Formats: sequence, C-alpha cells, structure tokens
Amino acid sequence: MPQNTIKRKGVSYAKYGYLFSLPFIIIFLIFMLYPTLFTAVIGFTDFKGVVATSFKFLEHPFDNFVSIFKNETFRNSLKNTVVIWVINFIPQIGLALLLTAWFTNRSRRIHGQGAFKVLFYLPNIITAATVAILYASIFSYPIGPVNDILQSLHLISKPFDFSTSPWGAKLVVAFIQFWQWYGYTTIILISGVLGINPELFEAAEIDGASPRQTFFQITLPCMRTILIFTLITSLIGGLNMFDIPKLYIWNGGPANATMTTSVFIYAQAFSGSYLYNKAAAASMIMFVIIAILSGVTFFLMRDRSEVKAKRAMKRIEKLSKGAEA
Amino acid sequence: MRNRKKRNVVIYIVCVILAVLSILPFWIMIVNATRSTVQIQSHAISLMPSTHILQNFKVLTGKTFNPVTGFLNSLIIATGATICSIYFSTLTAYSLVAYEWKMRQAFFTMILAVMMIPTQVISIGFYQFMYRIGMTNNLLALILPAIAAPMTVFFMRQYMLPSLNLDIVASARIDGAGEFRTFNSIVLPIMKPAMATQAIFTYVTTWNALFLPMVLLTRKENYTMPIMVSLLKGDIYRTEYGAVYLALTLSVLPLFIVYFLLSKYIIAGVALGSVKE
Repeated sequence: MPQNTIKRKGVSYAKYGYLFSLPFIIIFLIFMLYPTLFTAVIGFTDFKGVVATSFKFLEHPFDNFVSIFKNETFRNSLKNTVVIWVINFIPQIGLALLLTAWFTNRSRRIHGQGAFKVLFYLPNIITAATVAILYASIFSYPIGPVNDILQSLHLISKPFDFSTSPWGAKLVVAFIQFWQWYGYTTIILISGVLGINPELFEAAEIDGASPRQTFFQITLPCMRTILIFTLITSLIGGLNMFDIPKLYIWNGGPANATMTTSVFIYAQAFSGSYLYNKAAAASMIMFVIIAILSGVTFFLMRDRSEVKAKRAMKRIEKLSKGAEA
Repeated sequence: MRNRKKRNVVIYIVCVILAVLSILPFWIMIVNATRSTVQIQSHAISLMPSTHILQNFKVLTGKTFNPVTGFLNSLIIATGATICSIYFSTLTAYSLVAYEWKMRQAFFTMILAVMMIPTQVISIGFYQFMYRIGMTNNLLALILPAIAAPMTVFFMRQYMLPSLNLDIVASARIDGAGEFRTFNSIVLPIMKPAMATQAIFTYVTTWNALFLPMVLLTRKENYTMPIMVSLLKGDIYRTEYGAVYLALTLSVLPLFIVYFLLSKYIIAGVALGSVKE
C-alpha cells in the first residue's frame, strides 16, 4: 500500500491533495459560488434598468419573491414547464421501456441494435437552437413540409397553423423534447438492464418464467433506482428547458403557451425590461426547486452505494465464517 | 421459431419507423438547402436535391448570418472549455483518489451536492459579475468556468478508482519523480479512455450552448453558431426558406461528421454514464 510507504518514509503527501484541487476550488468560488450568492442578493434589492450599477435592499426584503409568486405570467410559465415536461416524459419513458424490453429480450435476438441506437440518439447531439428553427420551418404555415404531407395524404383539406393554436404549440415543443431524448433514455435503461446480475435471469428461465413475467418481476424492480434517477434528471432538464421554447416560437408563443420558466427569466432580465431583481427572485425559486430534486438523487445514490457496501460486508463475514468452519 | 420471427417483424417495423423519424427532418433540411425558395413554396417536401445551393449561400451571407465567424467562435470556446474541463477534472479527481487529506470527504460531498445545479439559474449574478469586471463579450468568460466541472470530476473519480493502481504512483516516487510529473506522465495516459469520452460530451454540450453565450456575447463578431442560428428567427429571413435551410445545414454539418465518426464511442459513453456505481 502506498500509504504505508509514505508513513515509513515520514513524508506527508497531503499537501498535494490540496494543491491539485486548488484550481477547481478557486474557479468554483469565483464563477459558481459568487454568482449564486450575487443572484440571491439581487433578489432582495431594487436592482433594475439597463444602465443601473448600484442598488439598495428593499424595505420589505421579500417583496420581489411575493410579486413573482403573484405574477400571472410566472405561474403560467411554471405550469407550462410542468405540462410540457409531462406530455414529453410519459411517452418517452414508455417507449424507452418498450425498446429496452425488446432489445434485452434474450429469446428475440434483435439484429442491428447498434445501428438503431446510433440513429435513435442522433437528435440528442444536434444543437437545440438548430432543431428548434428546423421544426419551426417544418411546421410552418401555410406552406411547410408537415402541411404538405398532411394535405397530400388528404388528412386535412386546408393547411393548419401550428403556431397560433396554444395546444398545437405546446404539443410540438413537447414532441421535439421527446424526439431528442427518448434515444438517450433508451440507452441508459438498456445499460441498466445489462448491469443486472445475469444469474437472476438464468434462474427465472430455469423456473420457466415467460419473458413478460421476467420483465415485470425481475427487470423492472431491479431498475427502480435507475428509473428514479432518470425521472429526476429529466425533470431538472425540463425545468431548464430554454432553447426549444425560446426559438421555436418567439415570446412564449400564442397566449404564452410555450413560455417556460427559463424563457420567463430571460425575458425579465435580458430582453427589454431589465428587471434584474425580479428575474433573480424567480431564479432563486427555481434554484431551490432544483436543489431539492438533486438532493433526492444525492441521497438515493448514497443510499445505493451504502447498501452495496453492507451487502459486500455480509458476504465477507459469511465467507470468513465458512472458512472457520 | 416461426412465431418468434413473426413477432420480431413488428419490432423491426417500429424501429425502422423511429429511425426514419430521426433522419427525415435532417433529410428535408439538407435537400431544401439546395432548392430555391420558389421550389420550396410550391412543394415544401422533395426527396431529390436541386441546384440552387450557391444562390442560397449568397442570400444567406448577404444578411446577418455569418457562418465563418460563428464557426470560429464556437470552435475557440468549445476547444478551450474542453481542454480546461478535461485536464483539471482529471487533476481534481486525482487529488481525491491518490491523496489522504483532511477535507477530502467534505470536498467530494460538495461536488456531489452541486453536480446538478445548472448555470442557468445563477445567470443573473453571473452576468452582473462579468459586466462589472468587463468580461462580457470576452470568450474567456465562457471558457474558464469549465475548470470547475463537478459532473466531469465525479465521472473521472469513478473511473480512476478501479483503474489506477497506486503502486505505480509509489514506485514513481521511489524513482524520484515529482508529484506533478507523475500525474502528467503516468496518470494521464491511464485515464485516456475516460478523458476521450468526457471530451466528446463536453465539446458537444459547449458547442450547443445557447443561454449563457446569448446573455454574455452582444457583439456580432463574438456570436457563436447557436446565436447565429437564433438570428434566422428574425424578420429578415422570413421569406428566404432556402437560405434558412442552408444555414441550419451548415450549423449541423460539423456535428454530423463528429457523430458518425465517433458514434460507437458516444453510445458507449452514454451507457457508461448511467452505471454510476
């Protein structure tokens, strides 16, 4: 063990631990911690206006937060964020689970899985800004590829304007999210299944379990943690959704139907109104929501490794007992 | 046996439909980039390319969209951020794995705690801070923060724990190598696979970023590719369908090349990311 060598020589290497993590810590303090605290502080002040550089604290420090909570547009944007996330995530996880069940089913032996994965994942690496404008062109009115297809198939007689119907706009944004992310989720879930102890599947096969039984009674329960992890990371991603709703339709779409919280914050601070204090208060509300969600994942992952360590300890105990006997 | 084949047919049909769904929007984009606005207006969909690509390019670059500037700025930011992030994340992970120091556990817990916090929610403070020290419109403001990438440090540590044999480090010490040299000449080569995977993802994420660049970069000569793309939404390109499709194609081209060259590693990297053991 190197630690023993160190002790024998009487040289401490601990200072290198501090030294090598120093660049990270310095940059973290400057570019992450300070801006976080600064954002929080601005949330309690009267700071607004494009040329303003000075600000003072409000008499009633929580005024900005109160007004943000009362703000119809903010509440609406929070609702939109959740609604768009839900209508994208439910089909996404459904399809990902279906593909996972198909691809990992050992009696089916699906060919070309590698190529399918490459194609399913493709939309995820493409710039979201490009994807948003591409979809805006594809769904454009009165002339656009989708209207073209629908009319040639005689599904509609007149071109349909997807951008003036609130639900049409929401559905297209949700669909883009779904289209970009189901491949990612599928790959994560498949690798989760591959991580399950193969002995479990062999035992099920010997016991004569059908593929359906195996999937619902072994695969799914074993993937509980990974499913919750996927759910929470997707939710955090969904709360930050910006590029697609911002660029698919300008200014939140018809009746603000695609105004998400990130678009709201951007609009408050950086496009025209310069209400930094209000935007900072809204940011802090999002910060707290995300911190709670990531706290849940944090404990989940810790819990998981602790359970594993406990299991390993038990096994070692058993083995040593067996050796004694 | 035949029954199995029959059931599999349904699966293949679904998979092929999904594959077409992945490609079709990009196919429409590339084909329409070569067609004139008049052609697109009469039929928005065509499977055959046309010959108007040069004409579209002239229309495109005659206005605000500048593909070369966007490409170069994105290249500088993505390359700089990737190098910073990968090198310093590996160094930070090494400090967590190889040394016993008092604050080690506390430091690692902090990294886990802030891993999920997105930069978007602290953008107001970040922008105001950068504005005060005169670093808006400075590409460094988007590169330097990459030195502290909690997610990458976490990944590097998970990879380093089983694959780095500390005996090698100890024997390098006996040979009289300094700690920093040991890291650069022994640890870095061992970490190459993990560094390559993380480099791809950091590169793509930085290249695609829109929010912070859009907040910080206000001068035209500093615009990144995604900001250039966002300009297409403006009124001046409203009727120039061919030019818009060409601009989108240009913005995607580098990613397409990278993806199809490295797809094997990218898919393996995504799968690896989930096995957080």
